[in-house]
Amino acid sequence: MKQEYAIPANTARQPFFFNRENWLKRSLLLVMLVTFLVVLVLPLMTLFVKAFQSDDGVFVGIDNFINYFQTPALVQSLQNTFFIAAMTTAISVSLAFAYAYCLVRTDIKGKTFFRYAAFLPLFAPTMMHGIALVYLFGNQGIFTNGFFGLLPAMDINLYGPVGIIIAEVIYTFPQAFMIMLVALGNSDYRLYEAAETLGVNKAKQFFTITLSNAKYGLVSAIFLVFSLSFTDYGAPKVVGGQYNVLATDIYSQVVGQQNMSMGATVGILLMIPALLAFFSDQLVNRKQSSSLSTKAIPFQVKQNRKRNALAFSFVTIITICVFLVFAAVIIAALAPGWPYNLSFNLANFQLESYTGGGFTAFKNSLLVAALSAVFGTIFTFIYAYAIEKIRKMTGLRKAGKFFSILPVAVPGLVIGISYVLFFSQPTIELFGSRFTNPFNFLYGTIGIIVLANILHFYSVAYVTATSALKKLDKEFETVSESMGVPMYKTFFKVTVPMCMPAILEMAMYFFVNSMVTISAVVFLYTAEFNLAAISIVNLDDAGNLGQAAALSVLIIITNIAVRILYELVVYWIQQRRKYKQNQLTEGMVMNE
Amino acid sequence: MSNTDRSYLSISHVQKKFGRFTALNDISVDINKSEFVCLLGPSGCGKTTLLRIIAGLEEPSKGTIIMADKDMTNVPPAKRNFGIVFQSYALFPNLTALQNVIFGLKTKKLTQKEIKDRAREALALVDLEQVGHRYPAQLSGGQQQRVALARAVALSPDFLLLDEPLSALDAKVRERLRYEIRSIQEKLKITTIMVTHDQDEALTMADKIVVMNEAQIMQVGTPLEVYERPINAFVADFIGSINFWKNQNQEKLAIRPEHIRLAKSGGIKAQVETIEFRGPVFRVQFIVYDRNSDLNGSSIKADLTMKEVHEFHLQKGSEIHLDLSLDRILAYDA
Ligand SMILES: Nc1ncnc2c1ncn2[C@@H]1O[C@H](COP(=O)(O)OP(=O)(O)OP(=O)(O)O)[C@@H](O)[C@H]1O
Ligand SMILES: [Mg+2]
Repeated sequence: MKQEYAIPANTARQPFFFNRENWLKRSLLLVMLVTFLVVLVLPLMTLFVKAFQSDDGVFVGIDNFINYFQTPALVQSLQNTFFIAAMTTAISVSLAFAYAYCLVRTDIKGKTFFRYAAFLPLFAPTMMHGIALVYLFGNQGIFTNGFFGLLPAMDINLYGPVGIIIAEVIYTFPQAFMIMLVALGNSDYRLYEAAETLGVNKAKQFFTITLSNAKYGLVSAIFLVFSLSFTDYGAPKVVGGQYNVLATDIYSQVVGQQNMSMGATVGILLMIPALLAFFSDQLVNRKQSSSLSTKAIPFQVKQNRKRNALAFSFVTIITICVFLVFAAVIIAALAPGWPYNLSFNLANFQLESYTGGGFTAFKNSLLVAALSAVFGTIFTFIYAYAIEKIRKMTGLRKAGKFFSILPVAVPGLVIGISYVLFFSQPTIELFGSRFTNPFNFLYGTIGIIVLANILHFYSVAYVTATSALKKLDKEFETVSESMGVPMYKTFFKVTVPMCMPAILEMAMYFFVNSMVTISAVVFLYTAEFNLAAISIVNLDDAGNLGQAAALSVLIIITNIAVRILYELVVYWIQQRRKYKQNQLTEGMVMNE
Repeated sequence: MSNTDRSYLSISHVQKKFGRFTALNDISVDINKSEFVCLLGPSGCGKTTLLRIIAGLEEPSKGTIIMADKDMTNVPPAKRNFGIVFQSYALFPNLTALQNVIFGLKTKKLTQKEIKDRAREALALVDLEQVGHRYPAQLSGGQQQRVALARAVALSPDFLLLDEPLSALDAKVRERLRYEIRSIQEKLKITTIMVTHDQDEALTMADKIVVMNEAQIMQVGTPLEVYERPINAFVADFIGSINFWKNQNQEKLAIRPEHIRLAKSGGIKAQVETIEFRGPVFRVQFIVYDRNSDLNGSSIKADLTMKEVHEFHLQKGSEIHLDLSLDRILAYDA
């Protein structure tokens, strides 16, 4: 039935699909990889090289590391940091697990309220938790002197490990909670029913089903919290006292003693837990994707009053603790004479009176946050789109994917110090030859701060973008291509409008985090261009705790306002979509 | 066979590898202008891959695609001038049905009015002029499918590619759309290639069926040819139902259930095992006990009319003679 064909002579293979559209796509992917090279790979390489060099640039092998481990003070801080991170992880993850469990597996009232309450610390810089603790438990703290003598005095020895750990727990709790919420939400009720019919008791069900289902989430949370508290700079700075940790060390090495090599060495040590977290997460994600079947039935909460009462008490206590922290800072900001004079006024909010210019710093922070939000969102979304939707060039896209999730493994401090090392040098040495550094002009400008922020928060935004893009039919691009519609047109006409909620979420995430972050920018700000988060530390150093608190409150108000704005806009978009569709269906009969 | 000298679309010796895995192996098919071709085969046999290679969405590892005497193997999808409809329809959710159709037309050098007219025409073709202003979410599955079809044909493509366009619909709608797609295809005289794993769909719609299995073409022919004269045991088994058995020469023999008749005498002796009512026919399973037959001891199924079943008072356990019409028996090398 088949006939023979004359096979056309010599069909020399041209380069596959050489045309403008493909050229554009390839350029986009290449530009993306070059971006990652400049903002991620080269700075990290510079840091890495520096850790194996003496301060004047001579290769010294692992001398810096030997030197490090022979300096007792430095080894002590490494131990301290491990202790802080381990304690924080144990406390924070347990609390977050219990809190999430209470919200997912019981039917207590006010779940939405409790959920938002747990997220509150995300809107504040970590220094703020420290400041609040000083007001509550410091030398003049409310608890320390027993509510003005009404209660027995309670000195918890705040300055040092205790203070740092409490502050880190407050800081990491919402992040661990978010992971646990997802992990516990992904359960299959059929397993519990099966266990029930087999007569397995509740305790055993908890260990064999609940814990084993949530184990990947637990592992991620543990690694994340460990590496966050291992590398945080804000809290130890405010409540650390004489208790040194790696983050404060690296700062004094780099900024205080200008010892770049030792700074780089500490930077590498700082990165180890985050890298471990990164690789474990990669492994876990691969396994988890297959663990929950699509037929899973969501968990059904049965009535149980005793359990509810217990759960309600627990989440209430935690929520009160969170509110206490915020209340303390608000009081600190509003009552300048505290604790001797309890009158409230706005004196602390006279930003112009701050040494170093509080108002300018706040304005700068707004500008940096806005720029990071706008450019961060644009770049992240376009790059995520290119990685997700371009049909060919698998190799380039795979590389892009890897570089997109890698930043999550680079702590802010490491970004900061590697940016200093890379962007400050007038020439770059690459493969044995020297070039002038074309990016040197960024050093000391707002540009480098925005860049550092975008990189610092890139991965989370990238994941948001990717999951939104994955929800769109992958054939949109194919259909467009078949109709000769260029990819960018489909992108603007279909993809962007469809992904608007995700895009806004990314922008909000960049903004809020750029407002509160300190670790990356602490190395990058200049005397002429100060930031609010830096001001808080400086004010605190100078003993102006009230003003530091006031500035923190302003940051929180800004962030909450941005969050509310985001919620409103998303709500409006959804209403408009519904309205458009309802308007048309009214009075119509489906004729199918 | 009515093959014109030069076919319109000619796929020759196409091979596709994904790493070590061969998804298509030496595929050659010729398709004539205005022909409706179905690619039929079990899941994973490479139908979609072949369709995507025709569209230019995948690059073949070997082989050529010739369209109207031009080598298109390395031509990008946009330049091949085809329309495509996917199982998911891939309608843009934020555009109305009309806007969806207009979306592709905008790239052509047409005036606003021409664009509108052509889009309306395309919607009229699928009988959906009234719902042009609705969003995909407001259309039923069948309507969405027709909008996707309208969008694909609006650009007057040279050929139309359909990847399981009906498999997401329920049975009733599916049957109606089979007929509709076919009549639109005939009206436009557009060369069409449709992927399906539903044999009824292929048999009812196609001019030509390409039966595939495990990356290879098994048979190419009209629906009647592949049904009546399946080229090998796989095709015989895959399309319709059939009884297989072996003779003394180790040949594989086969006969379709509808080609078995009942007889009072002669033929082979058998006993009724089960009777299953199937609407138009009864599917009756027999066990053969006839020492002179190769079938002795094995089961055989037959499709019998109600009249026959009554005439022979067929019941479970009835003993009867079966008449296997010799000219209907197919033979294959084992
Ligand atoms: N991009 C790819 N990479 C690797 N393997 C692939 C790829 N695309 C398809 N395959 C494999 O090639 C084989 C044929 O796939 P194809 O999608 O063509 O099957 P199909 O006949 O359309 O099946 P179905 O009826 O399930 O749609 C499958 O085994 C599939 O796993
Ligand atoms: Mg398929």
